[in-house]
Amino acid sequence: MTFPIFMQHLTNGISLGSLYALIAIGYTMVYGILRLINFAHGEIFMLGAYAAFYLITLVALPWYLAFIVAIIATCLFGMLVERGAYRPLRNSPRISVLISAIGASFLLQNLGIVIFGGRPKAFPSIPMFNNIVNIGGVSIVSVTFYIPIITIGLLIALVYVINHTKVGMAMRAVSKDYEAARLMAIDVDKIISLTFGIGSLLAAVGGIMWGLKFPSLMPVMGLMPGTKCFIAAVVGGIGNIRGAVLGGFILGLCEIMIVAFLPALTGYRDAFAFILLIVILLIKPTGLMGETLTEKV
Amino acid sequence: MKKETKLNILAIVIFIGLLFVFNKTFDSYKIRILNLCAIYIVLGLSMNLINGFTGLFTLGHAGFMAVGAYTSALLTMSPAMKEMNFFLKPIVPWLANVEWPFLPALIMAGVMAGIVGFLIGAPILKLRDDYLAIATLGFGEILRVIFTNTQSLTNGALGLKSVPNYTNVWWSFGTAIFTIIFMVFLIKGSYGRALKAIREDEIAAEAMGINLFKHKVMSFVMGAFFAGVGGALLGNLLGTIDPMMFRFILTFNILLIVVLGGIGSITGTVISAVVVTVAMEGLRVLDGDIDIGSFHIEGIPGMRMVVFSVLLMLVILFYNQGLMGTNELTWNRILGKKRLQKSLERQVK
Repeated sequence: MTFPIFMQHLTNGISLGSLYALIAIGYTMVYGILRLINFAHGEIFMLGAYAAFYLITLVALPWYLAFIVAIIATCLFGMLVERGAYRPLRNSPRISVLISAIGASFLLQNLGIVIFGGRPKAFPSIPMFNNIVNIGGVSIVSVTFYIPIITIGLLIALVYVINHTKVGMAMRAVSKDYEAARLMAIDVDKIISLTFGIGSLLAAVGGIMWGLKFPSLMPVMGLMPGTKCFIAAVVGGIGNIRGAVLGGFILGLCEIMIVAFLPALTGYRDAFAFILLIVILLIKPTGLMGETLTEKV
Repeated sequence: MKKETKLNILAIVIFIGLLFVFNKTFDSYKIRILNLCAIYIVLGLSMNLINGFTGLFTLGHAGFMAVGAYTSALLTMSPAMKEMNFFLKPIVPWLANVEWPFLPALIMAGVMAGIVGFLIGAPILKLRDDYLAIATLGFGEILRVIFTNTQSLTNGALGLKSVPNYTNVWWSFGTAIFTIIFMVFLIKGSYGRALKAIREDEIAAEAMGINLFKHKVMSFVMGAFFAGVGGALLGNLLGTIDPMMFRFILTFNILLIVVLGGIGSITGTVISAVVVTVAMEGLRVLDGDIDIGSFHIEGIPGMRMVVFSVLLMLVILFYNQGLMGTNELTWNRILGKKRLQKSLERQVK
């Protein structure tokens, strides 16, 4: 393998990894606060991409405006999903909430099929993101560079919000202890709703980037990235934002590199994430950066 | 003999008589639905054993079904049929000339699924709740990916065509009745009580001397066994299988049955398996065009699944016990004996 080709794989891996990281943060935040796998997160990601697609093609908004409106709309929709599918079950057994999450995911997916149609749609090409850059014999689509930059920017903003604002402090309090937070006059429902909003915002950005990178939209497109990103969050240590980023990068890089170095295993590409998940869970059940949990009796 | 046992035997005899009539009078489409009902009863019960009675939330059922379906299909197909199927890459030699009758193939399908269940279950059953759910979901997907890639064993993405159609109402309902009886004895016995204890409180159960690992693995392997048998019945009913059949959506359908029937109820699962299967066929109307007088409603493909997703959401949000909760429908309840007895007791007091 020549150096330029290796660099090409590396940039692709980093860009895919940062996409995964972006979506994994949504999982990790929701899990950190509610102890719940938000199965519908992949569908929120799908809706973000479709929202941008329709705003550009049907409403004919300029792309930057379309992206902003799509992100805000998806963000609100994520909060709506929380209110409809999760809030009524706040005091129910975990299995009920898990089933509700799976149900919400399937409902959104099937609604997607009914409303958007089952056939793939082509995401519009935007010159700024889709032109091909040539660096030292390596030709790379420019969106590959933008994705890590955007991810890092959002990540810095997010870490700032969580560590240095009142809302962030409230979030940390709720994730540590629900009841105690409530006693300290924190509006727990509002904070949870907000967490879903932020998670959905990141998922929407991820969805749009995904659309730019792999320009084919399908109602079931959220399923695989959604599951993989959850795995990334678990691998990094769920509830830990830095862990989610680490997990996302590990997953993205490994996936690309496996296909690059061992082409015979290409067919097993989708199984890799699950194998990684199971290995990590067996070796370090709380993930790479997770805290060790003490058993509650 | 107790009165309940008599009634049970009577019910089974009447049911077999009915089946005989159905088999003679129904057209092939209706018989297929009838078969699907029985298969979904087997699958629903197998999932309920793990999810409902033992409280281990697993989502890997489609994987076990795939193992069963492929095992039985490969064992029952004639050597000539296999040669026609495997035109891209020849089948592995040790399977090329095998042709078994249906019953041993069915049992083998279950055993293979059980073995896979053990290999998967033994390392991951110490995980809990969501982690277990996602790990089993992962294993289901891994199995599917493996089946897509082992060309000389499973014919890869092309799948297997002209699998012999052995499944008829006798096979499917025979299996379903056997499964129901097996489950009833299992749940009523000491194993069942141990499983329920694990579901209610793992730590307390362990303190009472229940071997957690043994019981969990046992429940998981038995669930996998019946899932494999159900998958085999399905494969030999449809006549063609491919890896795409065994996606997560199949697990979702079974989960729907278990949740609607009540997580932890045998009769609930049986009833909801029949209702859901019939409704899934009945609601196909929604996917096609509807004409009411001069009104024409254009059909929307996929509407059916929306209805089912909404149904699942409504049940879990507003009535999360499902149809039966953890209760069973017994003869006493049907005949209203309990109420009578209670009112008598009250009068005596």
